[in-house]
Amino acid sequence: MAAKQNQENLPVVLVYRRPQFNLPHRNRLSRHFILLDPADSQEPTSSFLSTYAQSVRALLCVGYSTITSETLSLLPSLELIVACSAGVDHIDLQECHRRGIAITNASVAFAEDVADLAVGLLIDVLRKISGADRFVRGGLWPVMGDYPLGSKLGGKRVGIVGFGSIGSEVAKRLVAFGCSIAYNSRRRKPSVPFPYHANVRGLAADSDILILCCALTEETHHMINEGVMTSLGKEGVIINVGRGSLIDEKELVQFLVQGKIGGAGLDVFENEPDVPKELFSLDNVVLSPHRAVFTPESLEALIDLTSANLKAFFSNKPLKSLVEIEL
Amino acid sequence: MDTIGVLMTCPMYSYLEQELDARFNLFKLWQHSSKVDFLKTNQHKIKAIVGNTKIGADAELIDALPELEIVATFSVGLDKIDLRKCKEKGIRVTNTPDVLTDDVADLAIGLILGVLRNICACDGYVRSGKWKDADFELTTKFSGKSVGILGLGRIGAAIAKRAEAFGCSISYHSRSQKPNSNYKYFSNVIDLAKNCQILVVACALTEETQHIINQEVIDALGPKGVLINIGRGAHVDERELVSALLEGRLGGAGLDVYENEPEAPEQLLGLGNVVLLPHVGSDTIETSNAMADLVIANLEAHFDNKPLLTPVI
Repeated sequence: MAAKQNQENLPVVLVYRRPQFNLPHRNRLSRHFILLDPADSQEPTSSFLSTYAQSVRALLCVGYSTITSETLSLLPSLELIVACSAGVDHIDLQECHRRGIAITNASVAFAEDVADLAVGLLIDVLRKISGADRFVRGGLWPVMGDYPLGSKLGGKRVGIVGFGSIGSEVAKRLVAFGCSIAYNSRRRKPSVPFPYHANVRGLAADSDILILCCALTEETHHMINEGVMTSLGKEGVIINVGRGSLIDEKELVQFLVQGKIGGAGLDVFENEPDVPKELFSLDNVVLSPHRAVFTPESLEALIDLTSANLKAFFSNKPLKSLVEIEL
Repeated sequence: MDTIGVLMTCPMYSYLEQELDARFNLFKLWQHSSKVDFLKTNQHKIKAIVGNTKIGADAELIDALPELEIVATFSVGLDKIDLRKCKEKGIRVTNTPDVLTDDVADLAIGLILGVLRNICACDGYVRSGKWKDADFELTTKFSGKSVGILGLGRIGAAIAKRAEAFGCSISYHSRSQKPNSNYKYFSNVIDLAKNCQILVVACALTEETQHIINQEVIDALGPKGVLINIGRGAHVDERELVSALLEGRLGGAGLDVYENEPEAPEQLLGLGNVVLLPHVGSDTIETSNAMADLVIANLEAHFDNKPLLTPVI
């Protein structure tokens, strides 16, 4: 009896997900919140929301299920969206801003793992690790002799695009390898000890390597274009752990195929899980199936962070990972 | 100096070959079908050997060259040189330390990330089209893991510095404890293996360190442990390593060196929890050039009666 009463006092959280995305921490969350999950119901989502979600103040967005202004219009009491991803480009940010809906993301939970993968992809591209591994597995070493030389990482100039929690973890790691760091961000960050470039093309001109760690927005869509890649140059390497559409992918493929750029390490693509086939025959490209955050440790950290954000919200305390939206 | 005979033991780097050819009377050992005849004919002309990790200067070769004054190896490792014989005969020996430290350390971290984050397997997964059907499984986080380093010399210390930037805790075993080090020291390799998740072999190959990574050490590292070898193949009991990996007694391995190069154990070629590289530790254009320049500089210093730059003996 007491348990049921406690249940009724718990705050309500709307779980918003496409049916194929699971909620790994349902049990943990159910101890503290009443979970409303339209994907569990046979009713179409819009009528479910209209019936049951009118007074819902908080929404937990699982995976990158899109939240449109139509959806938001069915949630008149919504004040908070807790995203389970680093990127929030799947949410109608303009509408949230207009409505005063706060958004928290998960970059902080993932930052180390994403940074680790960015560095791993970079070393792989420069030192040809995946290519050399294929060479050995294919039995080619005794037949063909030494593998072609790679390129040294130490002393290279790294340009980090987006200096948030992920970008700063990348910088911290690469400094230990003897790289010099510069960055581009929406605004110069006074606490960051590295040179700032106001635009990406300028950063590319001064860099041997570009690492993309920024959010996907209207401004950053196809930010890595023909001009930037030309500025980066023939030996330049691009690592993308942000979103596929930060790069003009068609242009990138052309640059790689024609040898106008040195190489690329990509965890994300414009049209996942489709990857341009021309890349499969290239040895100076390392491809990853959007796995930057998928370690058990990151997922645990994600669960902790999203729970913490929800708890903070319902006890009127400051949110843990509020996203600053700039429009 | 172009009358001074220098013997190159095998093809190692075309830039080095060209530079040696331009400065000295260069003999290429591999171009002669009968090595015995070649050496008999030319033994009095050869004053220097340039060797590498494949073919160095063993007792037989040293004995065949009565005018030999210096062995300059295109490597930092000395395991292919009969150092005792060189000392006996007053032959100088130089190697290429420091210039390759960064590259080897970078590769060690690249191997760690490759094994833990399955980067090579993921790349294959995408190329094969499998991503269209299903996501790749979870991989393992590197940041914050405990790293044990066997041999805290130049390369071991460089690996430690990099791993620290990933928030890793560092421990090591070395012939002797390093007084200025903040890292945790273990007096034997088994305790080191018991207390770390990732064990990196970064020591020199000597009589003492042959098969230093044996069954006991591998078992101590355990089913979640990862072995990274950027030292020499002979550091590891390879047969034992293979069975441990096949049986799941060891979590994974990243190998740049093998007991019988260029052969890598066949049973490893199909495993998803290993990364296999063809001894590329220092194989970048920048470092190969720096190593070659150092070999040439040492030879020129010797024949100019100037102090050697990087003498071992």
